[in-house]
Amino acid sequence: MFGCGLYGFITRKNMIAMLISLELMLNSVDINFVVFNRYLFPAQHEGMFFALFAIAIAAAETAVAIAIIINVYRLAKNVDINQITKLKF
Amino acid sequence: MDYSQFLMMPQEIGLLVVFLLVFLYDTFMPAKTLKGLPLFATIVFGIFTIFSFFPVQDGMAFGDMFESNKATWAMKNILNIGMFIVLLQSIKWANSDFVSIRRGEFYELLLLTLFGMYLMISGRHFLVFVIGLETASLPLATLVAFEKKYYESHEAAAKYVLTAVFSSAIMLLGLSFVYGLTGTLYFNEIAKTIVDEKSLLLIVALAFLISGVGYKLSLVPFHLWTADVYQGAPTMVTSYLSVISKGSAAFAFFVIMVQVFGAAYASIWEWMLYAIIVITITVGNLFAIRQRNLKRFLAFSSISQAGYIMLGVIAANALGMASMMYYILVYIFSNLAAFGVIAVIERKTGKVTTDDYNGLFKTNPWLAFVMMLAMFSLGGIPPFAGFFSKFFIFLGAAKTGSVAVYVLVLIALINTIISLYYYLLVVKAMFIRQDECVIPAFKSHWTERAGLWICTLGIILIGLVSCIYTSLSEITASLTSMFSMV
Repeated sequence: MFGCGLYGFITRKNMIAMLISLELMLNSVDINFVVFNRYLFPAQHEGMFFALFAIAIAAAETAVAIAIIINVYRLAKNVDINQITKLKF
Repeated sequence: MDYSQFLMMPQEIGLLVVFLLVFLYDTFMPAKTLKGLPLFATIVFGIFTIFSFFPVQDGMAFGDMFESNKATWAMKNILNIGMFIVLLQSIKWANSDFVSIRRGEFYELLLLTLFGMYLMISGRHFLVFVIGLETASLPLATLVAFEKKYYESHEAAAKYVLTAVFSSAIMLLGLSFVYGLTGTLYFNEIAKTIVDEKSLLLIVALAFLISGVGYKLSLVPFHLWTADVYQGAPTMVTSYLSVISKGSAAFAFFVIMVQVFGAAYASIWEWMLYAIIVITITVGNLFAIRQRNLKRFLAFSSISQAGYIMLGVIAANALGMASMMYYILVYIFSNLAAFGVIAVIERKTGKVTTDDYNGLFKTNPWLAFVMMLAMFSLGGIPPFAGFFSKFFIFLGAAKTGSVAVYVLVLIALINTIISLYYYLLVVKAMFIRQDECVIPAFKSHWTERAGLWICTLGIILIGLVSCIYTSLSEITASLTSMFSMV
């Protein structure tokens, strides 16, 4: 799942699709934590709590990213990363 | 629950009080008094900066999740000083026409990111660290997009936020591997568990963790966002990103690498970091030479400075830690002086390229003088603070005694000479080259001048007042538990 997200992030040219791929990556990390907790260290719930907090953080990240992408769209009428290249070497 | 634990975190509580005061002022004061908000925030934060110099109680709180000791105390004070200068210099900008309607948000978000950095510095559990890191980086994305009318600002913010989320996903994956290996996320317990752990998974986890934090520090394979974001963001936010955000991440990185993964120092991460430092310093320097926009130029210069800061981490001893904190302090003053001059000139004339600075000495001698001091200090010319900080950080790295690190210090020294070339290009433009359309003479606002005065005094005095470095090294020498794993 992490690999799928990584692949999507690198190949997609639409910023919204990139954001979706990032969500995939973050979710796979959450699952990783929960699975490690459930099968390796079932005595404590540290991984579960970490996953809970990571979900909240991921939600905040998405909100901020969506807001910024909407602003870019308003000004550039475009969310294709090949067109958004004004800042360059 | 034992509420007396909150007494362990007086600096955090003080910062929250400052935030609340600014928030209440912004919300409840009548509209025509809001012009005074930036000055109010600066004064309140200045008072807080002075009060936070009172020593704090050492110890752990909240079930060993939060540590307060003399090093975290000193680091927070260093950040406070830098933050105060940033606030002082941003007063005039925050009251300008485009920004004034949102000035309250600017100060609130800025103070909250500082709170996140405090958590990064003091957290002794990876959950606290991750929350601090995100609290420090997400509001910064909105601050980068602060110039609502300018397209560049938004493009920079989009690049920043996408890469930030990507890097935090990579870092979280590394953390989940660490958790899978050790079954805990407390710094102390991980350090105990990985002593005889040499598995492949630990190498992968460390590589992911270094890339996640290396993104915040803009170390080289993870640096591509830096120049674009620095150029697009408002100059005040750029200066904040380049010093405060980077300084706090460097300190947290040191604590994680040395205290948690100290047992894996020689076997795993010394060589990872070694390679990163070499390419960071070199690439940062070589790319800085060809930049014409001063903000991009300082972005690449800050990349190579981050490489020098990492020399303190690879030293992994008390001397390295002290010289890293000292380096960050000096770097705050020098870089904020440079960005202060750029911000003043950009606000008055809108010019940011090196060629625009031709003949600046004729019309604005004081600004040219401060810029010259900043460049000399960043380049490491002897009487100024930058020389001493570079000297101590090389000394700390050389103290490890291995031949490889000696070679590393030699590479860093050669790069210092390369960096002098491009720093002096700016000085040459200001003092020697002539131009028809020189920036006209103008008078900057008193707050901006005050900020530049503080920076100038800092650059000149910090190197000469030796008690600062002595007290920092005494503080770090007393932290015996931190270096026990290396």
